[in-house]
Amino acid sequence: MSATTAAAWSRTRQEPNWLVRLFEWKPFLVIACLLPAVGLLTVFLTYPLGLGIWLAFTDTTIGRRGIWVGLENFEYLLEDPLWWNAVFYSVFYTGVATVGKFALGLWLALLLNNHMPFKSLLRAIILLPWIVPTVLSAIAFWWIYDPQFSIISFLLVDILGVRSTNIDFLGSAWPARWSLIAANVWRGIPFVAISLLAGLQTISPSLYEAALLDGSTAWQRFRYITFPMLLPILAIVMTFSIIFTFTDFQLVYAITRGGPVNSTHLLATLAFQRGIPGGQLGEGAAIAVSMIPFLVFATLFSYFGLARRKWQQGEGND
Amino acid sequence: MASVAIRNVRKAFGPVEVLHGVSVDIADGEFVVLVGPSGCGKSTLLRMLAGLENITAGDIAIGNRVVNQVPPKDRDIAMVFQNYALYPHMTVFDNMAFSMKLAKAPRAVMEAEVGRAAKILGLEQLLQRYPRQLSGGQRQRVAMGRAIVRNPQVFLFDEPLSNLDAKLRVQMRAEIKELHQRLRVTTVYVTHDQIEAMTMADKIVVMNSGNVEQVGPPLELYDNPANLFVAGFIGSPAMNLIPGRIGNGGFEAEGGAVLPLPPTAKNGAGTYGIRPEHMRLDPNGIPAKVQLVEPTGSETQVFLRIGETPLNCAFRERVSAGPGDTIHVSPDLGLVHLFEAGSGRRLAA
Repeated sequence: MSATTAAAWSRTRQEPNWLVRLFEWKPFLVIACLLPAVGLLTVFLTYPLGLGIWLAFTDTTIGRRGIWVGLENFEYLLEDPLWWNAVFYSVFYTGVATVGKFALGLWLALLLNNHMPFKSLLRAIILLPWIVPTVLSAIAFWWIYDPQFSIISFLLVDILGVRSTNIDFLGSAWPARWSLIAANVWRGIPFVAISLLAGLQTISPSLYEAALLDGSTAWQRFRYITFPMLLPILAIVMTFSIIFTFTDFQLVYAITRGGPVNSTHLLATLAFQRGIPGGQLGEGAAIAVSMIPFLVFATLFSYFGLARRKWQQGEGND
Repeated sequence: MASVAIRNVRKAFGPVEVLHGVSVDIADGEFVVLVGPSGCGKSTLLRMLAGLENITAGDIAIGNRVVNQVPPKDRDIAMVFQNYALYPHMTVFDNMAFSMKLAKAPRAVMEAEVGRAAKILGLEQLLQRYPRQLSGGQRQRVAMGRAIVRNPQVFLFDEPLSNLDAKLRVQMRAEIKELHQRLRVTTVYVTHDQIEAMTMADKIVVMNSGNVEQVGPPLELYDNPANLFVAGFIGSPAMNLIPGRIGNGGFEAEGGAVLPLPPTAKNGAGTYGIRPEHMRLDPNGIPAKVQLVEPTGSETQVFLRIGETPLNCAFRERVSAGPGDTIHVSPDLGLVHLFEAGSGRRLAA
């Protein structure tokens, strides 16, 4: 047998071209990957926010470049009853709507967490108020609250006959305030319900079985198992919900535009009202900036008050 | 403490029947293991006993009281779950005291009862920890502690050791058995691991696809398996089950081997069963070709082929033969099992 040896062969290393080398150079790669994100954030987040804060300290109006006036805008706001009114309604609106959304949303989530026919279809239907553009649902509610053509009045007066006159939903301060809150609750429930449903599904069914064997009633299972286990998710959802509700603009602006007689202005609608139709850009910006402390407070409250629980943290004894 | 009677119990999920009439009697203080492959219905049966699944037909009685319509909390049972089902947001103390808290027991009683259980299980130092801060074995103990605190008539265990590593499993196995010997509470234990069943049980119930195959003490099942399923399921390494038929010179196995028969052998056998540990090295035995040698230290497993018939043997002796060599083996004729062709029932020798 003749031994034939193969010609010595080794894999030739090809020199990578300059482009490949450039992309293998880590500093370049880091910058290249970060740039789009940083660019977008700068243009669409940092710049408007910075400009807004800057404007709040100037007396800019539409068409006139303002000068630095320090805290003058804020001092003015503190004496402005309309601002105080908006602060009151923003807090009231957020508080009441959040309670409503969470009570109904949690109830709905608990219902949907059970086995029932058409479960996934029902879950999809629940999401409807959330996916409809806010302005469209606002216009729908505008009709529902219409003094003449309201379906609710129609039902109560013409069908059921429990009232003799139409309800004036949006014509005076308190009914308008409650009407807006109802619309906001309707719109906010899906977010809460679906998020809490996701949270409920992370709770192991065997915990309920164990509690069942331990002799718990349905209420005790909710009180001692479901609620504490849900609390971390509840805190996060509540933080988001409070932020969304406090900064709400579309619903109020589309239904009442802050009326009647400025009684339903939220800080966001008031800021817009002052800044754009009113032309006082500096003052409008100051109103917008005045929301920041409220939001920071709400966030910190739910974060520290509700989110952190010792049992969730891993190791670290005592 | 109480006896448990399961009488002709059936369970159907919709149109699918998963338990086809199961009957088991459990004496007071007995440790009974339900064993079988995945999906055989053993966990379902346990959950029916606990009241977590309703009973489609038949009766379950705990201490002479039929409990079919009794809610779980009134059945006076305690269950240890496969994943322990500890309440993650409660400390070990609160986990163990939860049933008493629900019953509005005074604080002093809770502390005394939890203290007693913690002492039995060596959990005194861990009472203020959260489940997340415990190791697997400690969680397992807490789950048992929660059951002990209840002072139940019956303990139910649903594959409690399957989430532990092999070494811990052996240790906890001994602890559970020791606990049972101390407390003497009727216990029903579900597992798919036949070694757990063999080592722990007073009585084993072997289940397969919704039926009880055999009920008996561990060694009874090992020595006299009722049928092919039990023969193959109980014992490790598993029994050699060689199909074939009885011929003139012995048992003619598929694949060509001819195996010696005990003198009492009757006709009609379709399967020849011999446990690996009942084969011995014998210079006058059947020549067999070595396929694979697996020494485990205490014994040596040798996979052989006689003709084309595979045969697994386990010898106490060290075996020096390697793959491809020929060795001579013979079965211990007193321990050969023959199974009826068709039904798979063991033919009494």
